[in-house]
Amino acid sequence: MSVLNTSRGDTRRGAGRGAARPPVPRKSFSAWANRHRKWLFAAPAMIFVGVLIVFPLAWTLYLSLTDSQGSVRAATEFIGLENYVTVLSDVERFWPAVGRTLSFTGVALACEVVLGMGIALLLWRPFRGEKWVRVAILLPLVATPVAVGMMWRLIFDPNIGFVNQLLGMIGIPPQPWLSGQDTALGTTIFMDIWQWTPMVVLILLAGLTSLSEEPDEAARMDGANAFQRFFFITLPLMMPTVIVAILLRGIDALKTFDILYATKGKGGGSFHEVETLNVYAYGLSFDYNQYGLSSAVLILFFMIIIGTMWLLTMRKKAVSK
Amino acid sequence: MTVLTQSQTSAAPQAPAPRRRKPLGTRAYKVFRVVALVAVVLFLIAPLFWMLLASFKTNVDIYDTAKSFIFTPTGENYANVLQRNNYFIFIFNSFWVAFVSTALSLVLGVPAAYAMSRFTMGRSALVVLMARVIPGVSLLVPWYYVFSNLKMVGGFEVLILSHMFVALPLIVYIMMSYFDSLPLELEESAQVDGLTPIGAFRRITLPLSVSGIATAGILSFIFSWNNFMFALVLSGSKTKTLPVAIFDFVSYASIDWGGLMAAATVVTIPIMIIALFTQKYIVSGLTAGATKG
Repeated sequence: MSVLNTSRGDTRRGAGRGAARPPVPRKSFSAWANRHRKWLFAAPAMIFVGVLIVFPLAWTLYLSLTDSQGSVRAATEFIGLENYVTVLSDVERFWPAVGRTLSFTGVALACEVVLGMGIALLLWRPFRGEKWVRVAILLPLVATPVAVGMMWRLIFDPNIGFVNQLLGMIGIPPQPWLSGQDTALGTTIFMDIWQWTPMVVLILLAGLTSLSEEPDEAARMDGANAFQRFFFITLPLMMPTVIVAILLRGIDALKTFDILYATKGKGGGSFHEVETLNVYAYGLSFDYNQYGLSSAVLILFFMIIIGTMWLLTMRKKAVSK
Repeated sequence: MTVLTQSQTSAAPQAPAPRRRKPLGTRAYKVFRVVALVAVVLFLIAPLFWMLLASFKTNVDIYDTAKSFIFTPTGENYANVLQRNNYFIFIFNSFWVAFVSTALSLVLGVPAAYAMSRFTMGRSALVVLMARVIPGVSLLVPWYYVFSNLKMVGGFEVLILSHMFVALPLIVYIMMSYFDSLPLELEESAQVDGLTPIGAFRRITLPLSVSGIATAGILSFIFSWNNFMFALVLSGSKTKTLPVAIFDFVSYASIDWGGLMAAATVVTIPIMIIALFTQKYIVSGLTAGATKG
């Protein structure tokens, strides 16, 4: 998101300052405050961010170059890039975790965008009972992820879960779902889709309602059918909004932690079935106290996130033109 | 819908409403739309409904598939959860942390967002908004080290600070797009009329921004209420928040499903009630900045 904002408001440069000089204030403090209000307003938040975010991040970068483990207070030695070498050559935990993170995000995002677009189109034009549908859309979105994880644990339970009960009615044998080594990741993706498709719907719906009607109208006059109008008119016009939705959702999906930890616990289950980078780094830090290694994982993870965002922002710029 | 022809639609009456109120042609589409909408609503609501049902069942009934929908409801799970496990304390903790972190973030974030919007502080905004991208775990190790040296881990202060890490960037982000959309002329004319710039901000801009501030505040409250990871590491036995309390539920040998579902319901119900009453704000906050560049 950050990247989206940098260009905003360029046209206003200095307008607030130059347009109307205040009448000479009497008190000198207020004059000083008014003159420096830009930094006076921004500084507290910036200092907070600096102390609580930039400094820890720098520390993480430093830790990733040391052999810190056991306790953060223990003496550490500077070992250069060794942690990165260890991590990058780790094909048992690190690379599978990268794969899971990317497939979790990719599959969840793809489903959420397609479903989200479908639902947004359904809601686009007003109808009776719209209010209730909107409430239904909001509920998963605000539900506490840990509670949601527990809820799905019961529903997907192989023995007593409602899903297997339903499947039984149509003659499909019970599936292991969360407890299966191959099915666990897919099941958590499903949970993510349930909880976050509404978010995509809301963003896309905001985009749809802000579209101008003329292009669609013109295509209609020219005899284009609904599918043609969607794929050749609406979708291209919606592309910037779609990419914003992907960007917003993608960042959070990459960082998914709550439902994975709530449903599978430490290490993403006994076979690390759902161990994504975030779960892996958390485990290294707080279950195994391997601070050096976990910091290296986190720095790499951070670079993956930034890289993905950068790619999407580039794509958005290309699309917006 | 391919059947939708030009003659049909051009015959449709044009409604004056700002949103499109043209009936969408064919009956087939209408039926499809109703069916699809019902399916969507069922898909979204059914799991929550199931959780609610299970929270009123005894564990024996939960294991009995014949009693999926017909059973004798019991309030025992709730009594257990609320009394024996002292959930009132966790509810208070969650509420207090969310409330204070939201209030403090608003105090810091709203003026900052204003400055960044009016003075086009792109780079500064970028620094604050970076916080939304950083994986929380990477901050937890340094925080834990510093705060445990200061003997603050397990206190409310640390939890509140960590939740502000989520709240502040969110508030800055929402308020920036709100201030961007607020016309500059109002402040300018207030200044012509003799207000100082800060006075204009306080007496003109702030009162006009109440709905934006409500939006940012509600969302930040919800995110803080739902936050799990920070509380998992930084909360102590006295400051445990609800999500961590639920998580602790399953670390025992066998899962008390009824109690777990009651606990999960206790966490989600307050936030859903807030959401029902503030729907408009939540939607506008979540979609802030999504439709413009």
